[in-house]
Amino acid sequence: MEKFETHEYDVIIIGAGGAGLRAAIEASNKGCSTAIVCKSLLGKAHTVMAEGGVAAAMGNMEGEDNWKTHFCDTIRGGKFMNNWRMAELHAKEAPDRIRELEQWGAVFDRTPEGKINQRPFGGHTHKRLCHVGDRTGLELIRTLQDKGVHSGIDVYMECTVSQLLKDGEKVSGALAYWRETGRFVVFKAKAIIICTGGLGRAYKITSNSWECTGDGIGLAYEAGAELLDAEFVQFHPTGMVWPPGVQGILVTEAVRGEGGILRNSEGFRIMEKYDPERMELSTRDVVAKAIYHEVKGGRGSEHGGMYLDISHRPAEYIKKKLPSMYMQFMELADVDITKGPMEVGPTTHYTMGGIRVEPETAATRVPGLYAGGEAAAGMHGANRLGGNSLSDLLVFGRRAGLSAAEHAQGLSAAPTVDAGQIEDAANSALEPFNSKEGDDPYAIHRDLQDNMQDYVGIMRSEDDLKKGIDGLEQIKQRLKTVRTDGSRPFNPGWHLALELRAMVVISEAIARGALQRKESRGAHTRLDYPETDAETYGKINSIAAKSGKDMDVSTAPLPQMPDELKKLLEDK
Amino acid sequence: MAEATFRVFRGDKNGGEEVEYTVPVTEGMVVLDVIHHIQGYTDPDLACRWNCKAAKCGSCSAEVNGKPSLMCKTRLDHLPLDRPVTVHPLKAFPVIKDLATDVSWNFEVNKKIKPFTPKPDTDWVMYQPDVERAQEFRKCIECFLCQNVCHVLREHDKHDNFIGPRFLVRVASLEMHPLDNGNRLEYLKDEAGIALCNITKCCTEACPEEIHITDNSIIPLKERVVDEYYDPLMRLLRKFFGKK
Repeated sequence: MEKFETHEYDVIIIGAGGAGLRAAIEASNKGCSTAIVCKSLLGKAHTVMAEGGVAAAMGNMEGEDNWKTHFCDTIRGGKFMNNWRMAELHAKEAPDRIRELEQWGAVFDRTPEGKINQRPFGGHTHKRLCHVGDRTGLELIRTLQDKGVHSGIDVYMECTVSQLLKDGEKVSGALAYWRETGRFVVFKAKAIIICTGGLGRAYKITSNSWECTGDGIGLAYEAGAELLDAEFVQFHPTGMVWPPGVQGILVTEAVRGEGGILRNSEGFRIMEKYDPERMELSTRDVVAKAIYHEVKGGRGSEHGGMYLDISHRPAEYIKKKLPSMYMQFMELADVDITKGPMEVGPTTHYTMGGIRVEPETAATRVPGLYAGGEAAAGMHGANRLGGNSLSDLLVFGRRAGLSAAEHAQGLSAAPTVDAGQIEDAANSALEPFNSKEGDDPYAIHRDLQDNMQDYVGIMRSEDDLKKGIDGLEQIKQRLKTVRTDGSRPFNPGWHLALELRAMVVISEAIARGALQRKESRGAHTRLDYPETDAETYGKINSIAAKSGKDMDVSTAPLPQMPDELKKLLEDK
Repeated sequence: MAEATFRVFRGDKNGGEEVEYTVPVTEGMVVLDVIHHIQGYTDPDLACRWNCKAAKCGSCSAEVNGKPSLMCKTRLDHLPLDRPVTVHPLKAFPVIKDLATDVSWNFEVNKKIKPFTPKPDTDWVMYQPDVERAQEFRKCIECFLCQNVCHVLREHDKHDNFIGPRFLVRVASLEMHPLDNGNRLEYLKDEAGIALCNITKCCTEACPEEIHITDNSIIPLKERVVDEYYDPLMRLLRKFFGKK
């Protein structure tokens, strides 16, 4: 057996997107030895693709905006399924997190008065999204990255964690492998924060990058953490639909924020029918379903989407406010968006569900294990508002870093890592090399994506979900003998074989959570239960946890907000 | 269905060779789709980096028919498909495996650049026309294509003496931030080796974000360094009137 390279830290953060970087900065700032372990190069995480903006009630545009309105918008957008305390903390703390970014060097677009400019977005009462054209995520990640590298954080790039290690109940470290060499590395840690983002790659049509395979959610589940509300998967209404190779790539909501209009093949402005009050700035669940119904009704665009038109705005304005959309359509689809409409349709975008955490501390039920950002659940309820993800990363990334640091500093001795556990984890990771007869990981992945897209997609029913669950059972069996060819250095087939483990866990949690929730709410739509059921399902969260070798799916009561917050929602 | 032939470099730091693949061509297909098709159906261990597939992350840089490009943006219908298309890793960095190169040097360079240093007691008021210069440079997606085509790095291998266009752009984004108070001129002159750039503009041509690297970042920085260290008139003025 090879001798393992070993490193020891107070706090390890898995994932280097916005949440991971923000958590690391905080933990390091508190005096903890801190490392980030991330499977891509630094600065390439999926946060870089966030386009439209980051939501914070700064009130720079209209003075009356405040945290209370942001809180109410978030809860209403989440169809009352949000963890109220997270929504409250988020609304209160987001403006400070933005100011802090500016002080670290971020350069947001400005108002004529020299303040941070804010744009309107779906579901937000006021102009609330601080932005940099349509590349806000890049600005955010670059700012945090540059702050991070000068904060004494060690970064292990292209290093993938394959299993968490435990000392009794407590988390004690992680086994990872270097992508470059395929060799293992052991991290000992007093606290671990999971900031690995979402799981869009479990679906065929997705806006997510290759990394979004739910790794951290799978790691936490295997280590004993609970998953919350996995059935709430956001299908962003506007992904590209043509040509085939770009299907699913995001078309920012900022197009609608800047005045874009959605029309069907008959030229009818569809949102007049589905949400005449908010029109194109309705919430994503409503707009996605509107497009779905129009296409289903035979009024789709040439390639089965809707037409999204911004060309009534001046060409120079479009190029300035939506530069990467202009470039994306020009270069990938031969469409000049300053002259004509784009074709768009729903694409798997974001998971509202994920690891269950304490609202204030981001702690999971596993001592020493924390989660932040998209991998954690609760903040967004049944539907996330655009712009609330980047602010979530900052608010709860910071909180996770803070609590992990406190936990690490409160331990009298570092947890021990067990040599046998490490050996087992390494052997498990190498299994695909020993398989001779099994399926290729790419073939299994394609079948998983088809299964999720066809049976656990935007519109669900008991029959379909049961088919989806049966399909997942078969995929699980095939995954047991998945085969990897070639050798360990930089072998994408091997990497995918390991990523499939997490994708299958999260897929099962989505499908079984969706089967359990017999109502339609936010992003979760049941054709056989089209109504929202406030009495029963409005009061429960879905929980998935490992029990023996199997997944146990149950419910837990939704935490009820205090009267003063309830009153805010009644007042409006 | 139409087909195309690709010759993709397979190998590692010890060498390698082009391997030929034939792939089906669909409308709007890009080179990265070809690489994915090869991984998915022929060679699952073909190494390449990619993340977003939407030209926003700068991971999938390679040399397609000799031209440094983002594979996710290089469309097959813009390439001559009557002969094989070659795909090679970036030349200015050591090969790890196949199309993946060791770009870690870039991350080391970045650590040495003095970070954003705000003016004391600033009120954080900035106006759009004043932030636009810095914003242009902050569009950089770190694809390192500019580093790859820069002959100081590519031909002369001066990685120890020159930080390359990407990081001159990074310095420019800080120097031209309206509220930055840091001084990076000595760094630019000495460690960064800005004098080694002789303005051939290869970097500007290679930039997928269309940043005017040479005109808007390198030349103004060079001017600042010259004013500070080499301009006799400025020296004299400074002598009489003190530092600006």
